[in-house]
Parts: sequence; C-alpha cells; structure tokens
Amino acid sequence: MSATFGVIVFPGSNCDHDAYHAMAHVMNAETKFLWHKDTDLSDIDFLLIPGGFSYGDYLRSGAIARFSPIMQSVIDFAEKGRPVLGICNGFQILLEAGLLPGAMLHNKDLRFVCKQTHLRCETSDTLFTRNIEEDSVLQIPVAHGEGNYFTDKDQLKKLQDNDQIVFRYCDSQGNVTDEANFNGSVDNIAGICNTQRNILGMMPHPERAVEELIGSDDGKLIFESVLNELAVA
Amino acid sequence: MYKATVNITLRKSILDPQGKAAHNALKNLGLNEVNQVRIGKLIELDIDADNKEEAHKVAETACSKLLANEVMEDFEIEIHEN
Repeated sequence: MSATFGVIVFPGSNCDHDAYHAMAHVMNAETKFLWHKDTDLSDIDFLLIPGGFSYGDYLRSGAIARFSPIMQSVIDFAEKGRPVLGICNGFQILLEAGLLPGAMLHNKDLRFVCKQTHLRCETSDTLFTRNIEEDSVLQIPVAHGEGNYFTDKDQLKKLQDNDQIVFRYCDSQGNVTDEANFNGSVDNIAGICNTQRNILGMMPHPERAVEELIGSDDGKLIFESVLNELAVA
Repeated sequence: MYKATVNITLRKSILDPQGKAAHNALKNLGLNEVNQVRIGKLIELDIDADNKEEAHKVAETACSKLLANEVMEDFEIEIHEN
C-alpha cells in the first residue's frame, strides 16, 4: 500500500506548492493539500507543514497558525507516533504549538537570509534521517528572517542528552563553526526532533533541494527515509 | 470597562538585535547618553470585567496563552479603568 502525504495550507503559506512538487512529482508519492480548516487526517500517513508566512507572521511567526482548526488533529496525529515534518514557518508553528521545545528569534544580524547552507546530520535515529549517515553533510537552502533558534541552557542540555538535535549548520567539510552559524542559533541548531523522534522541525528547505538542476538533491534523503519507514511499517 | 496595557519585551538574557541597531543609530546622532535600547511591543486590550483583579486575570491568560511567548519574552500588565 502506498503512503499518502498531506501538505497543510495556511493563509500565507508559500512553500506548499514546492512541497507538493517534491512529494508528488519527484518522490512519486500520493500527495494531498489539506486546508487549515480541515480536521480529518484519517487517510494521511505523513504530514508536512510547509514554509511561508502564515497569517502574515502577525504577533510572532507561527503564533496564530497554531490555533487553526487543523492543529488539534495534528497534535493527535503526532501523539500516535506518526511522522510530522515542519519546514521553516512549519518549524515555527511546531514550536508555538509546543510540539517541539524552544522559540525563534530574529536572525542575529536582522537580515533575511536566502542561500545554500551545509548541514551536518547529527543522528540517524529519527523517521526522517534513517537513510542519512551520521556526520554526513547535506546541502540544503534556507530562506528566513527569524531562524535564530533559542532555548535556555537546561532545555539545550536535554536536547543534547536525548540526541534530539538532528541538523546543525556547518561548513562544507562538516565542521560546526561560528562562521557557519549565520543566524545565531543556539549550538548551531538547524533542526530538532521530539523525544518520540517522529516530529522534525527544521529551518532549511529540503523540498527545495530535490533536483540536481537547481543546486542539490540532498533533501530527497529526508523524504526517502520517511517513505522507506512507511513502506516497512 | 477596563483597559489593559501590555508591554512585551525580550527576556533580559536575550540579545535584542533591533535594539542594538537603534542604539548604534542613536550614537550616530550624538546621543551618547543613551546606554541601552530594548525594543518590545505594546498591546492594548479592552476588557469587560466586574473588577480590576478579574480584568488582570483575563489579560494574564491572554498573555501566557497567545500574546507573549514566555520562552523568549517577558510581559507586564497595567490595568486602567475606562
């Protein structure tokens, strides 16, 4: 049985079609758009919360979206251990909803940064990184103004101790340096998972890195990992 | 009935790059007396409540559930009779 992907669309989402393209046309998976007022996720196997500017980033990025009707269904879906991937604004929404710990500050130099970045995969032990070797380097682009991940020392230690840091900004050789940490994130964090390891939030855009033609297809590794996982489940 | 004025600021331990940029601009203006700038948000709420305490409670719930993110922000509430 093939897996069905759901891409949630909020007012102001603008990476939803990129995500749809990556899933439907590149990964050849059954893919559906879900409106933020939908609540039935019974035929969905994998949820993707795309990037963009839900509700115009009013108040704080993701703060209003988390009260959309679909979010209670997302929480129920996630509690069953099913895969949820939040990308960029999707990551911010997961933080605001309390599904992942921490918050996003403005980038340290206040600039909106849109460029290719290198990420070191810190753990293969998530639904999203089974096909990625630990310490390997992926090239995936970012596009955000508020991606400066913040959490206090106690929570950071928990993330480290529980192996919840999934991706860190690094140089092309995989060295996690201050220079590579363009947005000022705590501990170079680019992506984290929950303790159950079925929810991943990441600022870089894997859905924009699925074709060599546009710079990199490293993002496919993440989607392949989930597809494989769903195929054997 | 009551007006709540909510001040939301980044927690003291967090660097405020907007405040820093504004501070540098003030220095360029020659206002060297200014030692620090922190930029936050001001939110006004009109609240129906029987008394001040109740209005405060409503404002506090609004802040902790939505208006402020306590991972990174502090808030202060002032209640005025309308």
